[in-house]
Order: sequence, then structure tokens, then C-alpha cells
Amino acid sequence: MHRLYLIPTLLINVAIIFIPAALTIALAFCRWDGMGIPVFVGLANFRQLLADRVFWMALGNNVIWTAIFLTVPIAMGLLAATMMLVARRGSAFFQVIYFLPMVIATAITARVWQGMIYSPLTGIAGLITRAGFPVPNPLTQTSTALYGIAVVDLWHWWGFLCVIFFAALRQVPQEQIEAARIEGASFWQMLRYVLLPGIRPTITLMMIMTIIWSFLVFDFVYILTQGGPAFSSEVLSTLAYRSAFYDLAVGKAAAVAVVISLFGLATTAVYIRLQAKEFDQ
Amino acid sequence: MRLIESRTTFVLTYTALAILLLITLFPIALLVLNSLKPATQIVQSPLAWPEVYRWDNFVRAWNDARFGTTMLNSAMLAALTIVLVCSTGSLTAYVLARRKIKSWKIVTFYLLATTTAPIQLFLFPLYFGFAKLGLINNVFAVSLIYTAIYSPFAVMLLRTYFLAVPKELEEAALIDGATHWQVFSKVMLPIVSPGILTVALIIGLYSWNEFLIATTFLQRTDRLTAVVSFFLLSGQYTSDWGEIMAAALIIVLPVIVLFIALQRRFIEGMAGGSVKG
Repeated sequence: MHRLYLIPTLLINVAIIFIPAALTIALAFCRWDGMGIPVFVGLANFRQLLADRVFWMALGNNVIWTAIFLTVPIAMGLLAATMMLVARRGSAFFQVIYFLPMVIATAITARVWQGMIYSPLTGIAGLITRAGFPVPNPLTQTSTALYGIAVVDLWHWWGFLCVIFFAALRQVPQEQIEAARIEGASFWQMLRYVLLPGIRPTITLMMIMTIIWSFLVFDFVYILTQGGPAFSSEVLSTLAYRSAFYDLAVGKAAAVAVVISLFGLATTAVYIRLQAKEFDQ
Repeated sequence: MRLIESRTTFVLTYTALAILLLITLFPIALLVLNSLKPATQIVQSPLAWPEVYRWDNFVRAWNDARFGTTMLNSAMLAALTIVLVCSTGSLTAYVLARRKIKSWKIVTFYLLATTTAPIQLFLFPLYFGFAKLGLINNVFAVSLIYTAIYSPFAVMLLRTYFLAVPKELEEAALIDGATHWQVFSKVMLPIVSPGILTVALIIGLYSWNEFLIATTFLQRTDRLTAVVSFFLLSGQYTSDWGEIMAAALIIVLPVIVLFIALQRRFIEGMAGGSVKG
């Protein structure tokens, strides 16, 4: 009887996600232009990827992206959340403002940064340049494009982590904090020995999610640079998207999608391992 | 709670928090400020106060981005997705919270697994399949995709609300002769309605803001969503940044007002859904 209650959710989910995902995995071993009949080619798509400079660049960029997002926003979020705990007054207000960028559409955030900050004509960069300190547009330089995009995503993202860490910090037992305070712990000691260990499960989960999300990043890259200039900011998801819809190399796109998923799968496996270990202890 | 006594620590803390506040608000301030300026003044300085208030930026943005049509599309898409996610999600969440079926673990694991799958893993066959079925440029079809993507999140969040309802309530209703369906619809749903409202708000926000699926599946000019039509406006049709920022403000303003008014629900829903998961 109750089994029927699951049918709508599962039906939609299987039709939209599971079946197409299974097809994608099959397509990764085929050559297909999206219209004709797929031709089985074995591992040719993957072999082609291994020889493709752009694929390696995209993968490298995903790794750099992961490294940035594992450190900078998590550190910012933790620090700000702890400071909100110290400040107490006004923490509700700070929390709302820090969270605000999360509710703005990525397309809009991207355009505001592009036009109002990075642009050499209409942006802050242009203003500084005209004042005599030349600032190149980071999005148009091969050496900085990826970091230019990362800054925009950071601005949009860190407040979310801050709010999550703040919520977790408030669950740290009052007695532990009191005890440390009576012992005369400094701010850093409090952070290092009481607060951080107290919210370790939350930090671990957020780091795992960060790794998974870093391999999915799409919107900001696609809108700001489309992976350019000269593929310098290409990531796996934009590579897959362009291969499928611009080059009609759906087999190659599917192979890239499978690679992305493998990273997610590996990360999830590590997380389950960690959880199991924690459970044993 | 008092963490630290020293006065300097307090001053430093507030200074740092204020700096972060400025960093967060600065791009938003630029958005609002420049939406009122003529393009020529933006070129001189994006920071300057408007010499003349160009309210007609908004009129031109509204017309060029065809917001009359595209906002309606976005609203319809969001409404359809909300209805689908809340109705199907609450059914599933109820069963999973009460462990009413033996395979609840497998179903939970499956739903969680789909949240970590990249959209590209199912996007391509879905697109070409929909194209064959004539479902491109179909708002309902896109709302089905959103439902598939967002319902795991909704199920996990709603599950926590169902868990909080005491079992005795259900049992009492069953003893009084209510059917299972009546227990769900007449007893459980009203109690978890705050949770459903939270889910509705967040799903509404996500589908209003969504870009990748919308830009792929809704391409005809009269089917675009507001965000995609903003994207096209700012990419091709104009380099008048006053107009572009005005268009951005038109899309963002209702979201920000709603967010400020219902901040607790938004923050608890968005942050809680991904932590408790």
C-alpha cells in the first residue's frame, strides 16, 4: 500500500536521471552525432580523451578549482562563523547579508562582476587603470581567467559555508567553552582545541561536498569565459557541454561525463569509508 | 555565550565582520547604482552617483528582455515545479520517515546518489530524447527535469519534519477508522505544512534562478525564462550596461525582498537540507 506513495518520485527520477544516465554510460563507448544510429567504438572515446590536450587542461583546472575551494571559502567561512560567535550581537544580521549572494541567479552575479568590476571599459578595473594603475581584465588573460572566475564563485559561495559552520558552532556544548575560558584559553586556542574539533563532522562533510561540487562547476565558467581564452579556463563540465551541443560529438561528451562521475563516486566512497571508521571508534 | 573578554578582540572581530560585509554588498551596490545611470556615465566611472536618474533603463530592459513573456514563463515553470516537488516529495518523505517499506534504505541511498550525479551524466540523452518526442521548448517537460533534480533535496528536508510528528497521532487516527490515505492527507500534511512551505520557497528560488537546463531546453524566444533572456540580452543585443543592470535588478529584486522577509526559512532550508541530508 505505502509502496504506491513512492511511485511518483521514483518514476520521475528514473525517467529523467537513471535511464538517461545509463544511456550516457553506453554512449561513452559509441560514436554518435545526436541524430543517426550510435556506432559502437569500444574505448576509442576514452583513448581520444587521454591524447587530448584540452581534456587534460580541463581536468587540471578542476583540480586547481578543488584546491581553491577546499581552502579559501572554508577558511573564510570558519573564521567568519567563529567571529560571529564571539561578536554575538548582530550575528543574525551578518548571517543574512553573507548569505545574500546565494539567492542571486548565477547568470546575474556573473554579469555584474564581468561588466561592473572586471571590465576595462565599464568596470572598477577600468577605473583603476584610468587612475594610472593598469589592471588587465583577468577573464581575457590565459594565465588568470580561471582565477578570475573562481573569485566570482567564491564571492557567491563562502557565505553559505559560513552560515552552515555558524549553525554547527552553536551546537558545541556550552560547558566545553566555559571550561576553556576559565582555563584562560586565547581566541586561537579556543578555535584550535575546542571549536574546530567540536564541528569536525560538519567540516568533513562540507569538504567532501566541495570536492564533488568542484567537479560539477559549470555556470560561472560557461557564462564568463565559455572555457576560454584558448581553453585556459576549460573545466570538464564545459568541455562535455560544448562537445555535445557545439561539436555534436555526443560519444566524447558522454565519456567526459563518465569521468566526472567517477571522481564523484570515488569521493563518495572515501566519505563512506571515513564515516564507517568514525562509527567503529 | 561569552567566548572572549578582551576589548581589542571585540573591536578586531567587528572590524573583520564589517569588511566581509562590505565585500559582500559592494557588487550588489554596483548593480543597483548603475541600473539608474546612462551608459555614458558608467563608462566614466561605475562608482559615481547618477547625475540623472535614468528610470527609462528599466522600461528598455523590460521591453528588450521581453520580461512580459519571459517572467511569466519563469513564474509558470517555478509554480509547476513547486507543485510537482511538494506533492510527490511529501508522499515519499512520509514513507521514508516512517520506514513503512522494507526497501527504505535502498530508496534513500538511491535518491542521495542522484544528488551527487553531474547534470552532464544525463543531459545529453535526455536532450536528444526530448527532441525526438517534441518536448523541447515545453515548460512542463522542463519542470519534470527540475522535479527529478530537486526532489531528493525536498524529500530529505521534509523527512525531518515527518520524523518530528509523534507516532501516536497516526495510530490514534487509524484506530478511529481513518484510512492510510486519510492519515497522510488529513493528519500528517497539515502538521508538516511549515516544512512544505519552506521547500516550496527554496524550490521556487532554484527554478527561478536555474540556468543550464533552462538555456538548453527552452530556446524559442517566446519560451525563454527571465534569467536566460537576461543572459542573451547582456551577451548580444546591447552593451548598454545601465540597461543590463536594470534588467538584472528586475529579476533580483523580488527574490531579495522575499529572502529578507522570510530569511529564517530560506537559510534553515538551504543550509539545513544539505547538512542533515
